Amino acid sequence: MTTSTLDLAASLRRWGIVRTPLVRLRRIEPPGVAIYAKCEWCQPTGSVKDRVAAAMVARATAEGILRPGVRLVEASSGNTGIALARLAAVTGHPLTVVVPENVTEERIRLLEAFGADIVLSPPDEGSNGAVRMAERIASEHGWVMLHQYENPANVAAHEQTTGPEIVDELDQVDAFVACLGTGGTLMGVGRALRRVWPEVRVVAAEPPVGETIAGLRTLADGYVPPIFDPDAIDGRLLVRLGDALATLRRLVATEGLAAGPSSGAAVHAAVRVARRLDAGSVVVTILPDGLERYLSAGILDLDDERAGGLTLW
Amino acid sequence: MARIKLPTVLRPHTEGSAVVEVDGRTVGEVFSALVERYPSLESQLRGDGGLAVFVNVFVDDEDIRYLDGLDTPVGDDSEITILPAVAGG
Repeated sequence: MTTSTLDLAASLRRWGIVRTPLVRLRRIEPPGVAIYAKCEWCQPTGSVKDRVAAAMVARATAEGILRPGVRLVEASSGNTGIALARLAAVTGHPLTVVVPENVTEERIRLLEAFGADIVLSPPDEGSNGAVRMAERIASEHGWVMLHQYENPANVAAHEQTTGPEIVDELDQVDAFVACLGTGGTLMGVGRALRRVWPEVRVVAAEPPVGETIAGLRTLADGYVPPIFDPDAIDGRLLVRLGDALATLRRLVATEGLAAGPSSGAAVHAAVRVARRLDAGSVVVTILPDGLERYLSAGILDLDDERAGGLTLW
Repeated sequence: MARIKLPTVLRPHTEGSAVVEVDGRTVGEVFSALVERYPSLESQLRGDGGLAVFVNVFVDDEDIRYLDGLDTPVGDDSEITILPAVAGG
């Protein structure tokens, strides 16, 4: 069974993934243009990655790669790791998560609460080091690693659920703006929207990422996720951390949306895109996660300099 | 003069400088001037017939791949940001 014929929406529903609220940002949108935002912290573990984790497990199960009881391995201590830990609990798969040693206690506790085994990787090798270690462990033991950066189910989750949910609720979309992490949201939602509105502009918001988090030594250590096709989008905006956090404070204080820092980046970029559109246009963006996971890091009070070493999504 | 902001991984090539100012009317011209000053940057920035795959270049926060590439105009007050491709999520 291929990902396109697999009914991912049914699997996602069965595993508790929900249709998230699409709210209009009336106090933040520029005059004449509507901005709608999809609140992904309403998912079971509070992020958009619940969709992705469920779609990847559904696909691996349908393809016979993930048989009952087989152990999963993951290198993310962020939203993907937490989403996968919950899903592993729900589906009865044991899970090992490799995380850099400097990850917050809060995240490790949450992973452990879902029953995941934790393996620590050297902090100076960053997230790239954790991925390398996870790959080694997976191949040594014959465990299954789902590789969200190259897994077509990541894109399909958004093409079959997130995108259609937007299509169902709105009569018109002129631009779609989302943060670029794996590229799954941009590729999948972009495809679903273009099927209905071929002229929709798809724009990536590049959130501020610490190079130190990734553990880069040279530019060639950089990584373009295989599922991300740069030609499938129409633009890419770099968002400064200060701007992302200023927008986040407005989202919380004026719209009452307790979103996470990448949501601040997405909305900041959405406003920039909206300002260039004609009156009457509609922009949609995704708020990937909520605020609470970042409060202990003092996210609302940070400035550019001090936030350099933090995991922001 | 355009201001170029360099990522940490490139600073060994610029004697540690995080920001470099050079002249040029396009990104291509600015890069030529930059490479003339710091020759070891050449192999980092250039790929097959253009920009290396793992480099993202933004002029005033917009990716030049979606503007005019190396022909993207650069104003006197423009800020050029070079970033490595880093996956998130």
